[in-house]
Parts: sequence; C-alpha cells; structure tokens
Amino acid sequence: MDFLLEPWPWFIGGPLIALSLFLYFYFGQNFGASTNFETLCTIAGAGKVSDYFKKDWKQRDFALLFVLGLIIGGFISACYLVPNPAIELNLTTVQELTDLGFTNVGESYFPAEIFSEDVVFSLKGFLILLLSGVLIGFGTRYAGGCTSGHAITGLSSLQLPSLLAVIGFFIGGIIATWLIIPILF
Amino acid sequence: MMKNIKFLLLGIFFAIVLSKSQAISWYRFYEMFTFQSFHMFGIIGGAVVISAIIMQLFKSGKIKDINGNKIVPKPKKKGFISTIFGGTLFGLGWGISGACAAPVFVILGFKFLPALLILVGALIGAFIYGLIAKKLPN
Repeated sequence: MDFLLEPWPWFIGGPLIALSLFLYFYFGQNFGASTNFETLCTIAGAGKVSDYFKKDWKQRDFALLFVLGLIIGGFISACYLVPNPAIELNLTTVQELTDLGFTNVGESYFPAEIFSEDVVFSLKGFLILLLSGVLIGFGTRYAGGCTSGHAITGLSSLQLPSLLAVIGFFIGGIIATWLIIPILF
Repeated sequence: MMKNIKFLLLGIFFAIVLSKSQAISWYRFYEMFTFQSFHMFGIIGGAVVISAIIMQLFKSGKIKDINGNKIVPKPKKKGFISTIFGGTLFGLGWGISGACAAPVFVILGFKFLPALLILVGALIGAFIYGLIAKKLPN
C-alpha cells in the first residue's frame, strides 16, 4: 500500500509507460493522444465548417474511451493516490522560480501562479492557459503527434520524422522556459 | 463498445502512472527544459528504450495483437517543415503550460478549470489547423 502512496521514481514510471504503449498496440491500435483533439472537434460539429473534420468519429471510439479513462484516472489519482504532492526539485530550480516571483515552489504538482482559479479569472492567466492550449492543439496536429505519438511511439519505432518533431519540441520548450516564462512572470 | 472497455481501463492505468511518476507536473517539465533534473529524461528515455525492444518484437512478428494480426506502427507523416515547426509550436505551449496531449486530460482531475481552459485552447488550435491544413507547407 505504501508503494501506491509514495511518488514513483523514473525507473518505475518509464517502464510502466512502455507497458501502456505495449497494451495499446496489443489491443490493436496505434498509441498516441493528440489525434483526439481532432476527434473532439469533429464531435463538436467542426465538419460543418471544414471537410478536414468530416470523419467518422465512431471509428475512434476506443481512443475516446482511453481519454475518458485518463480523466477518471486523473480524478482517482488526485483524490486518493497523491497524498503528498511535494516534489523534490533541484535547489537551483527552486531558487530560479522563487526569483521570478513563484511562491511555494515544488510544494505541489502545479504552481498557483499558473494553475489556480484566481489566475483563470484574470486576463493574463486566462490568456496564458488558453494560448498555450492553442499552441498545443495546433502544433501537435501540424507535427503529426505529441509526446506519446512522436517521442515514445515514433522514436522507439525509429521513425525519422519523430526525431525532427522531438527536436522541435525541445526548441519550443527551451524558448518557453528560458525566454518566455521570465518575461511573463 | 464493450470490447473497447479495455481502453478505458488502460486510460485509467496510464493516468495513474503519469500522476504517480509526477509526469504531469509543471515543475517536472520546467526542470526538464532547463536541464536541471534527470527525472523526466529518465522517464521518457526509459520508456523509449523499452518500447524500442517491444517494437522489435512486433516487427519480427514474435508478438501479435489480440486478434492475431501483425502489429505495425503507423508511419508518421513526413515533412521537414511541418514536423520541426509544428513541433516547436507544441513545445512552446508545453513549456509554458507544462501540459501535453495526454496529461491535459489527467490534469482535469487535479486542477479542473485551468486544465479545461488548456483543453479548450487545444481544440481551438486543432480546429485552426484543420481549417488551414491544405495551405500550410510540409
């Protein structure tokens, strides 16, 4: 039981992600997450505006159930499985973020400066979250995948486009953390 | 529908794995992109190395899927500009919000409104992509 409540180290998390990928393929489908953004657009009626979304979403019912599982699993984890959400961060990280004005750095999974209801209802916070989402939705579809589809499935099956995509992920992520976060906060 | 319940259970399992290994934490991705911690590199790198072995077993046909069919991962679409530039845009969103495509659904359980806002943004982004996909360079 202790194992379920303690944080899991990388050498547990990594293999269990690989196990998830294995089961997804074993169940007969291609592992990935970001195509669901398109499927949800189709369900919301985007096919009326663009032929791109005229697809039969029922063929992706397995993926929608996976997404539903992710949501349920998130609630189960948040309610029961993460009693102590503190994260052992590198002290340099803590100092850097504190200097930027972040408070209680590493005491929970998410900084209140980005992930709190107060922030959602402020113009700046609202735009930061919404526009990050737009970049995630647009970027993953343009690149043809996300961390699951490109970094894990694509790299492990030795696909060159995935290597390019992952290089792109890091270019973007480094610009975001080294340049944009210090400007925003 | 019933035969796909296993995907629901797999989703729950994957969400728990991501939550317990802190792979949904904003701080963990910040640390990764500033190269101040090994944790996320270990998780993603470990997953890739083990998956590469699994892929070899799929490729050689030693492991078939549940219906007895050969498992062949879909080839990713090629295109230098689309993968690099699209990847960079995604990386920007990922670096700022600390959320990627699967975790955004998991984070709903932790921080409902902020995650919902990111998700709405992601749907808008995917919608914009669909509208202009034909006009974009590959």
